[in-house]
Amino acid sequence: MNLCERLSRAALHLALAGAALAAPLAQAADAGPIKIGLILPMTGQQASTGRQIDAAVKLWMAQNGNKVAGRPVEVILKDDAAVPDTTRRLAQELIVNDKVAVLAGFGITPTALATAPLGTQSKTPMVVMAAATSSITQASPFFIRTSFTLPQVTVAIADWAAKNGIKKAISLVADYGPGFDAEKFFDSQFRLNGGQVLDKLRTPLRSPDFAPVLQKVADAKPDALFVFLPSGQGATFMKQFAERGLDKSGVRLIATGDVTDDDQLADMGEVATGVVNSHHYSAAHPSETNKKFVKAFEAANKFRPNFMAIGGYDGMRVIYKALEATKGEGGEKLLEAMKGQIFESPRGPVLIDAQTRDIVQDVYIRKVERVPAMGNQLYNVEFDVIKQVKDPGKAK
Amino acid sequence: MLTLLFDGVAYGMLLFLLAVGLAVTLGLMNFINLAHGAFAMAGGYITVLLMNRAGVPFLACLPLAFIGAGLLGAVLEPTLYRRMYARPHLDQVLFSIGLVFMAVTAVDYFVGSMQQNIQVPAWLQGRFDIAWIGIGRYRLFIIVVCAVLALALQWVLVGTRFGSRLRAAVDDRRVASGLGLDVNRIFLATFVVGSGLAGLGGALGAEVLGLDPSFPLKFMIYFLIVCAVGGTTTITGPLLAALLLGIADVMGKYYVPKLGAFIVYTLMVLILLVRPQGLFARAGAAR
Amino acid sequence: MSARAAAALAQDARWRGWELATLAALPAAWLLLPGQALILNEIAILALFALSLDLILGYAGVVSLGHAAFFGLGAYTAALCAKLLTPDPWLGMAAAVGATALLGFLTSFLILRGSDLTRLMVTLGIALILYELANKLDWLTGGADGLQGVVMGPVRTPFGAFEFDIGGRVACAYTMALLVACLLLVRRIVHSPFGFSLQALRDNPLRAASIGLSVHARLVVAYTIGGAIGGVAGALLAQTNGFASLDVLDFHRSAEVLLVLVIGGTGYLYGGLFGAVAFKLLHDLLSAWTPQYWNFWIGVFLVVLVIVGRERLLRPWSWGRR
Repeated sequence: MNLCERLSRAALHLALAGAALAAPLAQAADAGPIKIGLILPMTGQQASTGRQIDAAVKLWMAQNGNKVAGRPVEVILKDDAAVPDTTRRLAQELIVNDKVAVLAGFGITPTALATAPLGTQSKTPMVVMAAATSSITQASPFFIRTSFTLPQVTVAIADWAAKNGIKKAISLVADYGPGFDAEKFFDSQFRLNGGQVLDKLRTPLRSPDFAPVLQKVADAKPDALFVFLPSGQGATFMKQFAERGLDKSGVRLIATGDVTDDDQLADMGEVATGVVNSHHYSAAHPSETNKKFVKAFEAANKFRPNFMAIGGYDGMRVIYKALEATKGEGGEKLLEAMKGQIFESPRGPVLIDAQTRDIVQDVYIRKVERVPAMGNQLYNVEFDVIKQVKDPGKAK
Repeated sequence: MLTLLFDGVAYGMLLFLLAVGLAVTLGLMNFINLAHGAFAMAGGYITVLLMNRAGVPFLACLPLAFIGAGLLGAVLEPTLYRRMYARPHLDQVLFSIGLVFMAVTAVDYFVGSMQQNIQVPAWLQGRFDIAWIGIGRYRLFIIVVCAVLALALQWVLVGTRFGSRLRAAVDDRRVASGLGLDVNRIFLATFVVGSGLAGLGGALGAEVLGLDPSFPLKFMIYFLIVCAVGGTTTITGPLLAALLLGIADVMGKYYVPKLGAFIVYTLMVLILLVRPQGLFARAGAAR
Repeated sequence: MSARAAAALAQDARWRGWELATLAALPAAWLLLPGQALILNEIAILALFALSLDLILGYAGVVSLGHAAFFGLGAYTAALCAKLLTPDPWLGMAAAVGATALLGFLTSFLILRGSDLTRLMVTLGIALILYELANKLDWLTGGADGLQGVVMGPVRTPFGAFEFDIGGRVACAYTMALLVACLLLVRRIVHSPFGFSLQALRDNPLRAASIGLSVHARLVVAYTIGGAIGGVAGALLAQTNGFASLDVLDFHRSAEVLLVLVIGGTGYLYGGLFGAVAFKLLHDLLSAWTPQYWNFWIGVFLVVLVIVGRERLLRPWSWGRR
């Protein structure tokens, strides 16, 4: 199609859309398709999140069909590039123009927070598949989370560390919101168990050079270094950690699973082996459900599923089951049907807490190892579990 | 903290290698090429793909990255860039941003948007200690390579006929052209070498800085800072500026972590306030 | 001023047909496309932001890669004002204008000297510093999570008080009203002796100084006003979205507004508006077609646009000619 035709197509689209009046806010049940507005960062720094969740959503629909309660289901995918006002505008358009029954996605916290008032006002349930800050579910009564919260996984590793001979630790986090969360919860939980936090280091989010902070760690000689970095920086960090010989000097490296993200783990090389970390999902989780999931996922895509993908997969599960329960109706009924769902996910047993609408799940302590049975690739191999962790970050 | 100094120098040298092509292009053609980072990225990806998919050893990849990025420059310069020399700076900015978008998305499409990792050979891993300084082998390698290249560039610039022609063309293009110098050929050669060096920098930097499709956008700011602070009329200018930047960044983050990223930006603004042409600009250059 | 000069000025300041048509198109769009109020709002904010850059870049000749500093400061000021002081949009707007004008005034001294590259870097540096500041002061700004709890009150006008609705129509009307007001204001400035002197110093600062124009003073005034209007755009974003996050200070905002302005054309006031419409529509169309790779086509568009020639975009009759 050339530019002229495309423009006239656009003009027609605009005219048609313009003829529609602003819809009533409550979602009326009609016989047309049920629409799900999926807003993901498909471009920009968070593009890998979008890619994983998109693949997971497509997998779910391929496996479970695209009909629910007798009506066809349509997923409308929009790219917000993780820019909150774009997310908000897209959400508004999806609610008002496309009349979606539910919104899903939300790659980073600000995008969810920006959309909160819209969901509340229009009574549209919003399923958070990726963002991990505790306060999100409190920003609107219509939020349901199927991803995880950083405090959930942080207190797990802090507990494990204290119980496994680590007395003195240093925390190193990226200098932004989730990093501060990780730092705070590691600190409080570790000290609660009698440990001592020698120093709390931060590294800039953009183009970090870990040399100065690693030097500080080398100077202080803690038992362990706790690290939280956004996925993508993990490999570079671990290389520099090993390059300085810190791994040989008796400093254990512990982290949250973002650092050993399944998406990149296979390429990280030997420096990643032995890193103990905590997270809610590993592609190597030894359940039948997970094996089937991973197999199907890898068959359809050229990459492994990671914790973002499982957030998307389970999010679709929650949406589908809720729609079945309400027979296609949206609004508050749909929200109620989402609350309290309890099921076996590829990650393990999962509960959507009816009070907080947040996810309650098992958090695993894992170690990075080569798994001969799985192509001798690096995986996060689980060796301990803390069951049914509720988000400790909720304001009491 | 001498180890920190060493680290800062390594970081600075790498930045220099990445930015020197941009500085010369800017000084010579007066062309603001925001797509310079894309050549670095090209070099990085060539290395990654050759190493990971074809098993080519690391050392062999480095010259290949240089050649690959240089070739890319050789193709783009006569076809696209040359038309833009006479255009106002805004047009050049727009054009190069367009190129960056295309490069970034193309890489995303063909290779994917994950961080790329390479495994450098074992003799480059780890570190050894001399006196109180911990010397990381890879960083030492970077410093040596970049130092050799910097010396070579300086020698070319100062000690060869091509170098003097280049300097003439930088100082005053019209007069140089009027004296019979083939300015177009000089431009082409310079652009190719500059892009090649960027590619080499990208290849060396993959281990330290990371590599993903958004590399050009993330690091463009640093290249520009090096050029602005170092001035665009010499080789030593950007070298010293890059070293200053690297050391200040690393030291700053160690001693005053609260300020972290501020330091670099504030330093740059202050330097430019005091000396708008950059710290080391040569007197007499036509700007 | 001589009679001839006055007559020349008056001639220039005459309202042309297409200008009136463009201005009329704004409320017409609002009336006729109620379902598109949200994207119209976004376009209007971007247009206003580009207009503020036009004053600095198109008329005063200062190349800025850090204009987001004003946008972001305006956004955060308005959001904080609504959260901590009063939910009235007008007062928040006034606060934002005050803050950004102050920032513009203070930073204008930094861009007085130096080449294009120097100014580019200094403005960029200022925006980056502000970004880091906002990140550090997360107890105030909400940091990377963004500032929550911004609830706007109704917009009080002589015709009554209007609450911001979910369809975005009130927001759009509010934004457009401010866009038109700023357009008229800048138009007045530009078609005045001051405006002419700005263009003089843009074209040849040395010559301008030699005939007695105070270059620095004029730059300071222009930069301050440009910054203040940029702050209005940022405040509008925060107020119509009820949210402000670090993203408003991000480099991509500065880059985007520069692109928009250059696409539309600098130095004739309406470039920001046309550029904003073209860019946003292009973005939306491409993004719907290919959510992951639309950037590529924007890149292609830009390269082709520049090679073919910017002015020719808005002169379709020249496309046939070589």
